[in-house]
Amino acid sequence: MDGSVTLELKNISKYFGSVVANKGVDLTLRKGEILALLGENGSGKTTLMNMISGIYYPDEGQIFVNGREVSIASPQDAFRYKIGMVHQHFKLIDLFTAAQNIVLGIKGRYNIKRINEEVKDIADRYGFAIDPKKKIYDMSVSEKQTVEIIKVLYRGADILILDEPTAVLTPQETEKLFSVMRAMKADGKSIIIITHKLREVMEISDRVAVLRKGEYIGCVNTANTDEASLTEMMVGKKVELNIERPVTQFDKPLLEIRHLCVKGDEGNRATDDLSFFIRGGEILGVAGVAGCGQRELCEAIAGLRKIESGGIYHEGESIVGLSPKEISHRGISMSFIPEDRLGMGLAPSLSITDNMMLKNYQDHTYGIKPLAVEEGDRSFKAKMRRAVNKTGAWLNRHCVFVNRKVARADAERVIKELDIVTPSAETPVRKLSGGNVQKVLLGREILTEPNVLITAYPVRGLDINSSYLIYDILNRQKKSGTGILFIGEDLDVMLALCDKIMVLCHGRLMGVVHAEKTTKEELGLMMAGALDLSEEKGKPMGIAKDSQIGEERTWDA
Amino acid sequence: MDMFFASAIEFGVIFLFGCVGEILTEKSGHLNLGIPGIMCVGAAGGCFGAKLCLAAENPSGVLTVFVAILFAMLFACALGGIYGVLTVSLRCNQNVTGLACTIFGVGFTSFFLNNVVLKGDASAKLSRAGLRYFNAGIPGADKLGWFGTVFLDHGILVYLAVVIAILAALLLRYTKTGLNLRAVGEDPAAADAVGIKVNAYKYAFVLIGAAVAGLGGLSYIMGYMNGIVDATVDQTIQGIGWLSIALVIFTMWKPGLAIPGSILFGALYILSTKIAGISFVQARLLELIPYAVTIVVLIVTSIAGRRETQPPASLGLPYFREDR
Repeated sequence: MDGSVTLELKNISKYFGSVVANKGVDLTLRKGEILALLGENGSGKTTLMNMISGIYYPDEGQIFVNGREVSIASPQDAFRYKIGMVHQHFKLIDLFTAAQNIVLGIKGRYNIKRINEEVKDIADRYGFAIDPKKKIYDMSVSEKQTVEIIKVLYRGADILILDEPTAVLTPQETEKLFSVMRAMKADGKSIIIITHKLREVMEISDRVAVLRKGEYIGCVNTANTDEASLTEMMVGKKVELNIERPVTQFDKPLLEIRHLCVKGDEGNRATDDLSFFIRGGEILGVAGVAGCGQRELCEAIAGLRKIESGGIYHEGESIVGLSPKEISHRGISMSFIPEDRLGMGLAPSLSITDNMMLKNYQDHTYGIKPLAVEEGDRSFKAKMRRAVNKTGAWLNRHCVFVNRKVARADAERVIKELDIVTPSAETPVRKLSGGNVQKVLLGREILTEPNVLITAYPVRGLDINSSYLIYDILNRQKKSGTGILFIGEDLDVMLALCDKIMVLCHGRLMGVVHAEKTTKEELGLMMAGALDLSEEKGKPMGIAKDSQIGEERTWDA
Repeated sequence: MDMFFASAIEFGVIFLFGCVGEILTEKSGHLNLGIPGIMCVGAAGGCFGAKLCLAAENPSGVLTVFVAILFAMLFACALGGIYGVLTVSLRCNQNVTGLACTIFGVGFTSFFLNNVVLKGDASAKLSRAGLRYFNAGIPGADKLGWFGTVFLDHGILVYLAVVIAILAALLLRYTKTGLNLRAVGEDPAAADAVGIKVNAYKYAFVLIGAAVAGLGGLSYIMGYMNGIVDATVDQTIQGIGWLSIALVIFTMWKPGLAIPGSILFGALYILSTKIAGISFVQARLLELIPYAVTIVVLIVTSIAGRRETQPPASLGLPYFREDR
């Protein structure tokens, strides 16, 4: 490490509308060092890196590469300045071989034999294990990542940005990646690694830069710091929120999860041997960095995702293998607010009324009234009437006709109770503002009077007032004895709202803590995988003493 | 029997043009259901070009063929261009746009041939040119027995079709352009990220595909029909166009395989007219075979599930950079 600065950011800011993604960030990267970029979800790490790699253009500030001011408007510009980024989501063509993906977009002769050799050379130099002729669709996640890294190196990058590279890797693969990173560092490359895991920061990095809510907090030498002080930098001081937490009588466990393993979309383990339970009348918060299995967990419970092994029990009965409809009939309801806010659960072009019907149409059927027939009447007219009645009963049973009037009454009730701002119940959902859309979704779920309510990011993107309304709705449900699984982003909110908080780190349970007794720092350490309370006091957490499960059935898919 | 195989090849190349054109388009991620219409328009344009040359005092054969090919490609490109603007830049639904192109192309051809091309003695001139210029076999072919009859006694368009198919196969397999094109059709976002000009590739290959398909229409009228333009020509070419799209599935998006595939389809298509004494129903059943075979291939390949035999992954999906 000769200490010369290769990359310098000065006063970089980026706004998305009124949302501040980055504000006045300064950052320096020296030649031949590994810089860890640390921060919570939404702290603007990826946005900052996207500005260096040419995906976004900064609204303010300057970027210097090797002392010269540069303007990076596209990924091609970034490559010209020898900057390459490996994104969290791989941009590879499945049908192509590793070598074909690596040379894609580079000008020059297409001699696949020679390219294979060149790829092999780079791989050998840094200690990657890869077969250039292997197709991407045959590859494991770590192999795909290797291809992405070689792709960047092949283009001659000297500055590599790795966006959460270890998120999808097993510990052994992570170890391998780190040894490769050390080899690249020895070769004079500078590396920025984005990560949430403190242990890895301590292990691999030379310096750590911390971002919080888009702002640059500071940069420290790894050797001069420890996990606790990094966590404090990352999460900041506790913010007092005025969220009510009503005291309720905790009921028996309603939903129990035992040793649940679920596969993620990339083929990785999204939840790993996860056990927990929700009692009636409590709000169980789920904390964890983005993509540590929350989505997969929700989908598994709602019956939308196949589980690998383990069990899901509702009031003591296994619900594994039931259809989503049957699960929701048993009183488990899920509302998941994805990043784009409209992706799950609502049909944007349909009206509020129609969206109510989508889920509850069974309750909105026309009751076709039977015609009067006298017992024992054998006349032709009576026979006809009986036939009509039979048909009517069949139609009622199969919900052939729906009753919009009932649905509309439901919609109007939800609009009134949740204060939804809309011209009418017939307004298409996509015309509503984000907060109102979320209220429609949540309102519909509550309408069915579930006894387990799973809600993920219900206040995502909402302003303060709408957020408090949502908290009120949840508290009302809690008081009526519903068990609520609250998957959230903001630790302050979860500390104030939830009764218990369960922390996940890459699909593993790190522990369940009482919200009143824990601290933000403790949660931060657990989220980063630095603190594991799951085996505390010698008994595994997440299994209720008064379990309702009569006979445990293990499920092996 | 020799004559049957010779006709099968001659008819097959019509499919070959359409099929290779559609493959090139589909490799860029665009499902062009306008191919039947584009083939029709190509036929109209080719006839128009030939007519212009034949109006001269002493028409030159080479020039006539050349201009006819050029006009066929130009007319086809014009319709392909409309499809391209609508689907690439404006990101309209590809199926709807393609079908509209077909409806337009077929109607236009019927109108254009009857009202512009076939005026005066053009009909007779075209049929003479078809026989003499477009179907001039390789000299000495008739001395080589069955081999000459089947393989050498064809007009220029037959060989052009095979050459284009081979070139397309080489392009897709061995060149960087081909690699980039396949990348665009598989995952335009990934292609864009590495600096491939996605829309340029899409436009280029929608147009090239249309031009190639347009030659198919020309080769039906001037090649197979020897320049005779009958009243139902637009309907016939449209039917051939649909089968060409089926052939793309049959050949699993491989231009190389399209050569034997199209000859097989050609043979099956003309089979009913070459067997004496079969009933109307039997003839229709014979014509049904290519479709049935395509369905079988579709089922077999999707059960086998090999990624290489599947359509390009983002076929039919519009690409917009900011949609990430």
